[in-house]
Amino acid sequence: MNTNNFEPKIVAFCCHYCAYAAADLAGSGRLQYPPNIRIVRSPCTGRLEIDFFMKAFEAGADGVLVAGCEEGSCHFKEGNYLAKRRVNTTRQLLLEAGLEPERLRMVNVSAASSQKFVEYVRDMVETVTKLGPAYSKKITPKEQTGAIK
Amino acid sequence: MIVAERKTIPELVEILKPHKKILVLGCGTCVTVCLSGGEREVSIISSALRIASRVQGLSFEIDELTIERQCDNIFIEQAAEAIQRADAVLSTACGAGVQAIAERFPEKPVYAGLNTTFIGILEDRGVWTEKCAACGACILHKYGGICPVTRCAKHMLNGPCGGSREDRCEVRPDRPCAWQLIYKRLKDINQLDRLKEMEPAKNWNPSLSGGPRMLIREDHKI
Repeated sequence: MNTNNFEPKIVAFCCHYCAYAAADLAGSGRLQYPPNIRIVRSPCTGRLEIDFFMKAFEAGADGVLVAGCEEGSCHFKEGNYLAKRRVNTTRQLLLEAGLEPERLRMVNVSAASSQKFVEYVRDMVETVTKLGPAYSKKITPKEQTGAIK
Repeated sequence: MIVAERKTIPELVEILKPHKKILVLGCGTCVTVCLSGGEREVSIISSALRIASRVQGLSFEIDELTIERQCDNIFIEQAAEAIQRADAVLSTACGAGVQAIAERFPEKPVYAGLNTTFIGILEDRGVWTEKCAACGACILHKYGGICPVTRCAKHMLNGPCGGSREDRCEVRPDRPCAWQLIYKRLKDINQLDRLKEMEPAKNWNPSLSGGPRMLIREDHKI
């Protein structure tokens, strides 16, 4: 497959209290970011389950970005910590299933950090573009090595 | 409850490779509580298998179903139709559930999706610990409710072994010494005298050493 013109599909689960507001602020501030991101608003990243990420990949997403509040400032106290663990577990599952764990990433942004949000989106799009389409090539899990942080 | 953990996806793919239509069958009892084989885990395992199938160019068609209990005929009946439709069943129940399904559908390959690990309890969020070895002859009343057969790494009935450091087990320093716990517990309930009684060597016949066990209750038979 020719990946030169590859435009990745990335699902971004954004917390209502921070990243979603940051994305909104980015729009109000006329900040540009790649249109590869499909934002799904979540009441808190703690609401997100492993199944949500897996279903996104199953449905054809090339990457999933989870954007929650900065550590220590979750509106529901510990939702973003729960999400962090679930993201890490899902990365392990993706590796087992044969996808690169880098396709799933969690970032922390405050509601005021629209510039930071844009940078995270650009970085994510760049990472997934480099990786190529999720289902373009065959990878056997045995060929994959490397621990996940 | 029975505690189990998921086999890895590469292991499952290897097991399921010869088949196309696969039913991932969950169990709504113990493995749901220990978060390894209930409805949610069935969904996650199924997603992972579908992704693996696409990545590796296999042609899995994964169906999902979770029933209340796989070790009970009444509930298994509810899965009969879905099982008949599938080429093979990946059961995410404990070993008993897997065998119950396999016995009732003799022509259908039934595979275990989990490794059944132990009988235990939820100690903390996300932490399960083993408490019972199902030895068939309970002696908990002699040890203040703490089982030396299960929780002492050396299964000592007349302990302690003398190897513990502080209150930690010599064999597994991340675990408490069962005999430390027994002593403390018996002291708390004023039953330290129990430790003066010698416990004879355990009869393992009622355990698995005497072959697979069976329980017959005449008062409940029809």
